[in-house]
Amino acid sequence: MIINSRFFNRTELIGFVALALLLFVILPLSLDIFRLNLVAKYLTYAFVGIGLVLCWGYGGILSLGQGVFFGLGGYCMAMYLKLEASSVENTKIQSTPGIPDFMDWNQLTQLPFFWKPFHSFPITLIAIMLVPGIFAFIIGAAMFKRRVGGVYFAIITQAIAAIMTILIVGQQGYTGGINGITDLRTLHGWDIRTDHAKFILYFVEVVLLFACIIAAQFIRLTKLGRILVAMREQEDRVRFSGYSVANFKIFAFCAAAIFAAIGGAMFTLEVGFMSPSFVGIVPSIEMVIYTAVGGRMSIFGAVWGSLLVNFAKTSLSESFPQLWLFGLGALFIAVVLAFPNGLSGIWQDYVQPHIDRLLASRKSKPGNGFPVTDGAPAE
Amino acid sequence: MSDEKKPGLRSPLRRKLLMGMAALPAISMLPRASFAEAPPTSAVNTTGLAVTDSEVTVGILHSVTGTMAISETGSVEAEKLAIEQINAEGGVLGRKIKFIQEDGASDWPTFAEKAKKLLVNDKCAAVMGCWTSASRKAVLPVFEQYNGMLYYPTFYEGLEQSKNVIYTGQEATQQIIAGLDWVNKTKGAKTFYLLGSDYIWPRTSNKIARKHIEGHLQGAKVVGEEYFPLGHTQFNSVINKIKLTKPDVIYAIIVGGSNVAFYKQLKAAGIDLSKQTLLTISVTEDEIDGIGGENIAGAYACMKYFQSLDNPNNKAFVSAFKKMWGEKTVIGDVTQAAYLGPWLWKLTVEKAGSFDIDKIAAASPGVEFKGAPEGYVRIHENHHLWSKTRVGRAKADGQYELIYETADLVEPDPFPKGYQ
Repeated sequence: MIINSRFFNRTELIGFVALALLLFVILPLSLDIFRLNLVAKYLTYAFVGIGLVLCWGYGGILSLGQGVFFGLGGYCMAMYLKLEASSVENTKIQSTPGIPDFMDWNQLTQLPFFWKPFHSFPITLIAIMLVPGIFAFIIGAAMFKRRVGGVYFAIITQAIAAIMTILIVGQQGYTGGINGITDLRTLHGWDIRTDHAKFILYFVEVVLLFACIIAAQFIRLTKLGRILVAMREQEDRVRFSGYSVANFKIFAFCAAAIFAAIGGAMFTLEVGFMSPSFVGIVPSIEMVIYTAVGGRMSIFGAVWGSLLVNFAKTSLSESFPQLWLFGLGALFIAVVLAFPNGLSGIWQDYVQPHIDRLLASRKSKPGNGFPVTDGAPAE
Repeated sequence: MSDEKKPGLRSPLRRKLLMGMAALPAISMLPRASFAEAPPTSAVNTTGLAVTDSEVTVGILHSVTGTMAISETGSVEAEKLAIEQINAEGGVLGRKIKFIQEDGASDWPTFAEKAKKLLVNDKCAAVMGCWTSASRKAVLPVFEQYNGMLYYPTFYEGLEQSKNVIYTGQEATQQIIAGLDWVNKTKGAKTFYLLGSDYIWPRTSNKIARKHIEGHLQGAKVVGEEYFPLGHTQFNSVINKIKLTKPDVIYAIIVGGSNVAFYKQLKAAGIDLSKQTLLTISVTEDEIDGIGGENIAGAYACMKYFQSLDNPNNKAFVSAFKKMWGEKTVIGDVTQAAYLGPWLWKLTVEKAGSFDIDKIAAASPGVEFKGAPEGYVRIHENHHLWSKTRVGRAKADGQYELIYETADLVEPDPFPKGYQ
């Protein structure tokens, strides 16, 4: 209890339990495997959202290029799966058996050097975190050390997203081009396409998601998190107090990148392919929208936002195939106009007071030993 | 509505009875065979597809939003027309076709998601859909895993063959080789400049074209080959190179909106398509709509269908299409191929006597469709179509004038030996 009351305040504890109940119990019991797999797909964006809450909500660094890291993580996983699917027996029909099909179409006769490490599963797992992490570090170091920030940083990340898409599409012999890397079958010999596998993958993903939530919460509550907030509000004061602002920013950006990459890798597993359409500007901005809808200051909000927006996307497009984009647009405008703090804002303004009142009335009764601590001081 | 609440004379039941009585003489006149056409559902559907005694559900999966919507809309319209016509003829095995339409949103993962929905949730007996190769590649594993049947309308690069797909467009060799032979023979063309958008279809097609030019045409050679990103609009530098090298033939596989910029800039640079031979395999009547007929008049296109084809099937098809979707609509190669999808499926189901996917897949080879607007077509063992290849010349009014057609049907060869 002591740990809980320090690690999560009461509101957060309710949020945590509610989300855990929904994802671990309610959804798996109530949805068929097709819908559950869709939820798993939506949740991969929640990883990106959690990263954005840290980096944008707390650190004030708006990145419009999270798709790059999502894509890097996804491509690392896809490369491993594709190599496994391109065994010599499976690719007999090609002029060079044993290499991925798209390489064969593009007249490559041997595996490029940077594909070779992805024969190994442990190296792939490390690469999923390391490659985007290092890439984010390079971008971050180059930008933040030069004190590039705010809008300029957002524009540069957007440019990087565009460059990344052009690179992947243009180098189709090495990357699969605009088609992406498709027809993925097994993970370390385990068929990921069966319903049973989808079920297990869903739980693996939810566990990872909660690990990320806890990690993000940990970062937020340590001194590091406080400095991030301070930096967002008054960057110069933090700098004059002797902190290296650039290093903290780089850290937040790298952490967001790694979260996004985990989401990307899970996406590849859940959906069964990876393509440049998740790397570019549009998906990157969409990921920011999920976070904004959820409320950019709330880690749980990011998860709810990803779930809700994607759910709306699916159900609107199923019901109104010709008009659904207008509906989705209207939803965004409505949320931003009416609830600038997103879903978590709605919760705080409308639901929280009721719960507080309820708990307050219970607390006033004698003999109730539930230790109630006040929430973290206002930021 | 208030009428229907009154019992007695005007009840819906009575109306149905009257209609049934009126239909009685008609039914008694039908030959016996037509009763055999509506066999019990349990016999024709052993795998749990969405087939009832009166209805069968199919899916339509194209982009109706996003950048591909402009291209795919024609396919959706053609498929709906075919379904309506089939229903007017009595449906498939005595069952009316009901369709569920989903939007791929020009986004490949969305295609995969919707394909899965159509197969797993809706249990569609067949799906007409996809346009780009990327969307087909995204849905292919879904169709193979859940054992669905996809009718894919676009001309494409080949190198693929699946039990779960019927390719109603041409694969690359069908479209390319006959056209190159024609331009070599009639124009004496020796030098070719290859252009393309930068993705799998133009690259593979140009690879086949280069192999054919260098290996099979006497003394012919490729003098240039260049690719542009999708959506590229600056063609000045390559047009200058073309002016310097003066190729006999510009071979262009540029897709989508880039076409508009390319043909306008070609004209502005003073390249007159009535003198300079340009052969394209990517501009149908739909694209000319955007490019403007005056900008492309004189160019040659090599594909299997033009709206102007002069045969009774095509005339009936064009007038039915315009009646349903408006006088201004144009019909390109892919639209016609999309129209074949529901018909081929109907004929295959009737040949197999079953909706089961495995039986359809096995029955497909050899299915003939004599009513195709392009003329007679037949499904090959490799699930592609035998079809004629035609060369047309663009006119300023946006239509093609038929210049040449192969004497026989061209065999589909998705894995061409010597061209890989």
